[in-house]
Amino acid sequence: MHQKEILVIDDEIQIQRLLEITLSSNGYKVHQAGTAKSGLAEAAGSAPDLIILDLGLPDESGQSLLLRLREWFNKPILILSVQDREEMIVQALDNGANDYMVKPFRTGELMARVRSCMRSGMAAENQPVMTFRDLEVNLQTRTVKLENEILKLTSTQYLLIALFAKNEGKVLTHQYILKEIWGAEFIDQLQYLRVYIAQLRRKLEKNIDNPQYIITESGIGYRFVGK
Amino acid sequence: MIVVAAIISRLIKRESGKGYQYFAGALLIIVPSFLCFLFHNYVSREVVAFMLLLLLSLIAMSFDIFPVLLAAILSAAIWDFFFLAPRFEFFVGKPEDMITLCTFFFIALLNAALTFKIRQAEKKARQEEEKAKAYQLYDIILNSLSHEFRTPLATIIAATDNLLTENGTLPSAHRAQLIKEISIASLRLNEQVGNLLNISRIESGLLKPKRNWCDVRDLIRNVIKKATENAGNHRIMVRTYDNLLPFELDYGLMYHLMYNLVDNALRYTPDECFVKVTARMEGEDLVLEVEDNGKGFARDELHKVFKKFYRGKDTKAGGLGLGLSLAKGIAEVHHGSIALQNIYPSGARFTITIPPQNKSLKN
Repeated sequence: MHQKEILVIDDEIQIQRLLEITLSSNGYKVHQAGTAKSGLAEAAGSAPDLIILDLGLPDESGQSLLLRLREWFNKPILILSVQDREEMIVQALDNGANDYMVKPFRTGELMARVRSCMRSGMAAENQPVMTFRDLEVNLQTRTVKLENEILKLTSTQYLLIALFAKNEGKVLTHQYILKEIWGAEFIDQLQYLRVYIAQLRRKLEKNIDNPQYIITESGIGYRFVGK
Repeated sequence: MIVVAAIISRLIKRESGKGYQYFAGALLIIVPSFLCFLFHNYVSREVVAFMLLLLLSLIAMSFDIFPVLLAAILSAAIWDFFFLAPRFEFFVGKPEDMITLCTFFFIALLNAALTFKIRQAEKKARQEEEKAKAYQLYDIILNSLSHEFRTPLATIIAATDNLLTENGTLPSAHRAQLIKEISIASLRLNEQVGNLLNISRIESGLLKPKRNWCDVRDLIRNVIKKATENAGNHRIMVRTYDNLLPFELDYGLMYHLMYNLVDNALRYTPDECFVKVTARMEGEDLVLEVEDNGKGFARDELHKVFKKFYRGKDTKAGGLGLGLSLAKGIAEVHHGSIALQNIYPSGARFTITIPPQNKSLKN
């Protein structure tokens, strides 16, 4: 297997040097760019497996660079930014980011997110049967098993869990889930989603107060964690 | 006469005291009315009515609502009393005169009310605009604050994470590099906290400089030594004139001022540029200059750069936009000044002028 390559687009020289050490000591090859312009060129030139993108670049906003990258770059993009406002995060995810981390960050968490992004990048074509710890989702037979017991699910509950399974590790915004499951006209019906998530958790989670599968990203959406 | 009235009402507006406005409004009605009364054989009462309405409009444009209302009532009364038959009585003889008087009074009030409404709306629009501007500024400041504090913090946290979790696998060069990053980030953080604290001290007026006799050459030497620690390939030149004397300064603050200027020049000009520091006496004043041959400043930026939290256009990340406003603040607590100009063929020059602590003492 070839060494995975990561492109870091960040204009802070210290963050660059630090990520270089962190990522390379975790076995990744690191490319670097300090501006949107050189980032775009580097993304095309070195074809990285993942891009870590800062939103505050000197020559162009990271959000618009993200949109431009997404015109042709289909590998994962992870946002790493000091911007911690929910609307910025939701906007970045809507613009095609796979995940979002706020600076300051813990390196352990960053590496976990990088690995999860890489996984979701690989599983471009979904296998019909996916296993997440005690949970098995079979897209072919439309069945979900927990500890080998078939779960009784309504069709909406099944669609939700299938959507999560296909996007394991990735934050899905409220709006995205509502649009995918209920349709674009339900995009503001947050309470629907809350009710269904609560139902699903009651069926999936061992301890409903400390969910392990469906994690709430406050003000943004949900993340399904399978590993 | 009308033009004179208009000018007077504008002038009075600047005085803007309420009492003034009542007085001036009444005067602007009474004096022209009196003149008309003197020539009432030549001026018809309709002309007088129109003239009074015009004066009222002018008053309404500049004055508050109550002085305008007073002028409206006064003009209606004067017109009735002096110009409508029977004269010198408030009694109105003919019914059509009664109608004219009512119409006059109504137009006068309408005039006042409408102008008042327009001005209220203008005021509201202006307030909303200011509020929007304040929000925008607040946003910019908050963003730059969070960026400036979180970036070095991110470096420190991530570097310590790396050091804590490695189990002897990290090459020693990397380990040394991580420790160096922590040190740079903490110093940067410390500098920013210092800037922020000093600017609030200066703004609150609590910062009083403690001026002692200083060797200016010493000061410059120390500033340059510190500022060039992390500098690239800039050429640094120092020129101190022979007339330079020991000077009473707050050493710590002046060091901070000069450091900010030199550090700025090093940071925002390309490598291979020069930075030149000059010190001399001009009369009894100490004059310090920091100049570079970088790009200089855009014309419209020359004044803005001293504003708090102002960040230059197209500048690299980093910096709170406090350095120059702090420099200005420090010059001012020394009762001095700071000026910025672009120089030929290219570059910028900051000139700081500090007057002596006590001129009489020296004589």
